Amino acid sequence: MKATVYVTIKQNVLDPQGTAVQGALHTLGFSEVEKVRIGKYLEVELDTNDRAEAETRVKAMCEKLFANTVVEDYRFELEG
Amino acid sequence: MKFAVLVFPGSNCDIDCYKAVEDTIGQEVDYVWHTATDLSAYDAILVPGGFSYGDYLRCGAIAQFASVMNEVKKAAEAGKYILGICNGFQILTEAGLLPGALIRNNGLKFVCQQERLEVANNKTAFTNQYSQGELITIPIAHGEGNYFCDDATLAELKANNQIVFRYAGDTNPNGSVENIAGISNKAGNVVGMMPHPERAVDQLLGSEDGKRMFTSILNAWREQHGAAVNG
Repeated sequence: MKATVYVTIKQNVLDPQGTAVQGALHTLGFSEVEKVRIGKYLEVELDTNDRAEAETRVKAMCEKLFANTVVEDYRFELEG
Repeated sequence: MKFAVLVFPGSNCDIDCYKAVEDTIGQEVDYVWHTATDLSAYDAILVPGGFSYGDYLRCGAIAQFASVMNEVKKAAEAGKYILGICNGFQILTEAGLLPGALIRNNGLKFVCQQERLEVANNKTAFTNQYSQGELITIPIAHGEGNYFCDDATLAELKANNQIVFRYAGDTNPNGSVENIAGISNKAGNVVGMMPHPERAVDQLLGSEDGKRMFTSILNAWREQHGAAVNG
């Protein structure tokens, strides 16, 4: 089974990288860009076919390591 | 008094910390590798700066699970003195020993310069040799030193007098909330700070204002263990 994990910066936390990229897009003429937020994308291969178990385990991985929940949110999808 | 300087793969201020202890207070000090499983011999633990585990995923994210960190948690509960500097501060927040998080500097740049700091709390084991509100010069060197915490945590930090250092005046170099440069835990025995006192222990280095952090720790330890200790 494969998990794809998205870690994003919480809405109330400043994302200076996103702001810089937004500025660059404006410079390039993409003036319609109102906001850019940058996050992380992880692909995790799991040696299990049990969806419920995978769900619990990946959630624990997110809470413990993938995201710092003080400043980041996470979500994930399971396939296979 | 005996100090441990933790060493993770990628630590790079460990030697400075070790030398600072030797040169400022002449106490015993050992390097302790991140795989260590016993810190009971030490009275104070320094978690040095650097880029532990290459700062992969997030600064301090992987170091928080090094086996030595279980011992650091035990030492924190036992009331021993723990000081995390720069990457060490990031590791202590990731490990949950200090509240909040350090995120990317708001200017996106790695900032390496002398900073004016205000001693916001001189009642800690780490700052008792400074005066309250004293302005001192200590260098910073980080790309992710922007201290963030939510409003509830900030209110708690203030209520418990846990803000130990602030960037003075309008000099905030990284966007930290309330100009926070260093904080303590509730009990006061764990402190994390982005500035590097170990790099400010001699005028040849541009400042010796960091010296008194080390003399403070020794002073606090002596008071705790009776003043009859010589050396």
